[in-house]
Amino acid sequence: MMLQPSPSEPLLKVENLVVEYVVGAKTVHAVSDVNLEVARGETLGLVGESGCGKSTLGRAVLQLRRPQSGKVLFDGNDLTAMRGDALRKMRQRVQLIFQDPIASLNPRRRIGDIVAEPLIIAGVKDPQKRHQMVSDVLAAVGLDPGLVMGRLPHEFSGGQCQRISIARALVLNPEFIICDEPVSALDVSIRAQILNLLEEMKARYGLTLLFIAHDLAVVKAVSDRVAVMYLGRLCEVGPSEQLFAKPAHPYTALLIEAIPVPDPDMRPAEAVAVGEPPSPIAPPSGCRFRTRCPRADARCAAEVPELRKVAAGQYAACHYPLI
Amino acid sequence: MTGTTLLSVENVVVDLPTPRGNLRAVDRVNLTVGAGQTLGVVGESGCGKTMLSRAILQLLPKKAKLGGRVMFDGQDLVSLDREALRKLRGRSLAVVFQDPMTSLNPVLTIGTQLIETLQAHLELDIAAARKRSVELLTAVGIPAPEQRLTQYPHQLSGGMRQRVAIAIALSCEPKLLIADEPTTALDVTIQAQILDLLAREQRRRHMAMILITHDLGVVAGRTDEVAVMYAGRVVERAPTLALFKKMRMPYTEALLAAIPKLDAAPHTVLPAISGRPPDPTRPIKGCSFSPRCRYAVARCHQEKPGLTEAETPAHQFACFHPIEMPATVPA
Ligand SMILES: Nc1ncnc2c1ncn2[C@@H]1O[C@H](COP(=O)(O)OP(=O)(O)OP(=O)(O)O)[C@@H](O)[C@H]1O
Ligand SMILES: Nc1ncnc2c1ncn2[C@@H]1O[C@H](COP(=O)(O)OP(=O)(O)O)[C@@H](O)[C@H]1O
Ligand code: SF4
Ligand code: SF4
Ligand SMILES: [Mg+2]
Ligand SMILES: [Mg+2]
Repeated sequence: MMLQPSPSEPLLKVENLVVEYVVGAKTVHAVSDVNLEVARGETLGLVGESGCGKSTLGRAVLQLRRPQSGKVLFDGNDLTAMRGDALRKMRQRVQLIFQDPIASLNPRRRIGDIVAEPLIIAGVKDPQKRHQMVSDVLAAVGLDPGLVMGRLPHEFSGGQCQRISIARALVLNPEFIICDEPVSALDVSIRAQILNLLEEMKARYGLTLLFIAHDLAVVKAVSDRVAVMYLGRLCEVGPSEQLFAKPAHPYTALLIEAIPVPDPDMRPAEAVAVGEPPSPIAPPSGCRFRTRCPRADARCAAEVPELRKVAAGQYAACHYPLI
Repeated sequence: MTGTTLLSVENVVVDLPTPRGNLRAVDRVNLTVGAGQTLGVVGESGCGKTMLSRAILQLLPKKAKLGGRVMFDGQDLVSLDREALRKLRGRSLAVVFQDPMTSLNPVLTIGTQLIETLQAHLELDIAAARKRSVELLTAVGIPAPEQRLTQYPHQLSGGMRQRVAIAIALSCEPKLLIADEPTTALDVTIQAQILDLLAREQRRRHMAMILITHDLGVVAGRTDEVAVMYAGRVVERAPTLALFKKMRMPYTEALLAAIPKLDAAPHTVLPAISGRPPDPTRPIKGCSFSPRCRYAVARCHQEKPGLTEAETPAHQFACFHPIEMPATVPA
């Protein structure tokens, strides 16, 4: 289904995407029938609890994990139908930044080589040109190229490693970056530095972003629109401020309530979330959120709720939306 | 602080020898926790929160040198022998770590670990210990507790493992629980549940707690008093309500400002703290925060400010130019 009309063709369009993992005799339903659009120049935030399929979705967009079915249209090209060189060329336009900044960098390679690697894969043969491009991008992310290029990842803090990952993602001048929990492993203070850097780089390089996180406050800080995922399915999508002011899906409301607020006068409401998400090996019938939803009834167990329009630009998959 | 003092940390120093020279992880820290009270300890990664909690627990690395006194329930823990400490840690002094696997044994079932702890410290017979284990798992919100007893830690999610670690920590009714970033590795939804769980059990048991975190949002609604640490020292200390009403130390203000606000429009630039905490093997001459502080003046680079009292004796801060205006509390 179409989510919302965009003024121009979206840069990324995900249609009916299904991704499954087979573990022994069982199937993990990691991403089930997800539809998404990201307009050029937009940041779409993607939130949900651990294990709900955010990373799988990100990897399936890049075809690092081939989906069972569905399409991934990037600038009009279906990546799921592409192979070999054609796919490699498209991948230069889409880059990925990972959650664990230290583990995502090869510990035995120098920073200069790590950041230059995408250039080598892309066939930039002139070493002097590569050196120049690496220096430029390291300076752009706030590192001193002369000081860092010859050093190894373990000599850097988590925040600095995340700057290096961002530099590596930017070096080929991509159009689209998938940020998979880029700040989840960082302290509050360093997190703010990296979020600001991403915003700055977005403006400077004219990027479009898919920003994955489990913390709604972080997602809101950088996103134009937010998509909420639960156990492999999309629950709600809408403009950030609108979604926060008036969430339609009970799960979105629960995520908002769970954010710790730095104000002692606002004692946190107790027991916002009941229990943990069920296993994606045997997701609940009907609405997958029903086992934790305060509004669930028989219909929720019987029928899968479709994503429906609840307000301008806002869509929710719930039989009994809050608005 | 109301009530009787349960823990008092007096002039505690932790020195660690490293190839780069001496690393002072904790520098002359003084703190007290009253019976049944909660103290929040806040600061960036590497500022000494974990080393302070290990100093209290007498669980420092072998090569570490500890100075000062740790008075707990009338005894100086620094002078206790290993056997006495072991007894104390199982019974009246308990800990929950960021990574629950630190305290869980991967090759033993949940049931074995709980039952053995209960038998060792409370001298229960196996049937009574088993019954108590089921009660504890129920109390920490684990569904189907009888079945869980037969499972191994790796068969549980991160949130469930942390619940089990809390159940074990609570099992002997401790007087003080030290929770070192118990929710940093968890989702926000699970974090909220675990913090609720700790608060509920604490009230019920009249247990004191030290809640360590890097997020001021976590301590705001859940502690009686807050100590902010920077570069091994306590730089501001106040009752929680007073602190959020009027922060005096620029570092505390900067930590609060760096949290994304729910009522801010998307793409608002966050007031980040530039740079990083200083290298602890290369102590700074003046105020440790001076290289990053937007209020720093010449004196800040020359002299180290001591912890001084504000209007109320309970509110202390270490700064030559404390913030005068009451901090605006964000929604
Ligand atoms: N290679 C794999 N083999 C089998 N199952 C997998 C594999 N990768 C992921 N899964 C499962 O698929 C589901 C979705 O995982 P995914 O990593 O996409 O979640 P996520 O939303 O990114 O979670 P997190 O917040 O923990 O990063 C989970 O149940 C996970 O255990
Ligand atoms: N086993 C150790 N040996 C040497 N230095 C250590 C050890 N553990 C921690 N440190 C150092 O002590 C300082 C304080 O660390 P820690 O107490 O873990 O900080 P926090 O818990 O606030 O993140 C840091 O500089 C850290 O690198
Ligand atoms: S469909 Fe039913 S169970 Fe699902 S979110 Fe809506 S009310 Fe809750
Ligand atoms: S003493 Fe000076 S540098 Fe230190 S926090 Fe106060 S104003 Fe800033
Ligand atoms: Mg992930
Ligand atoms: Mg720590």
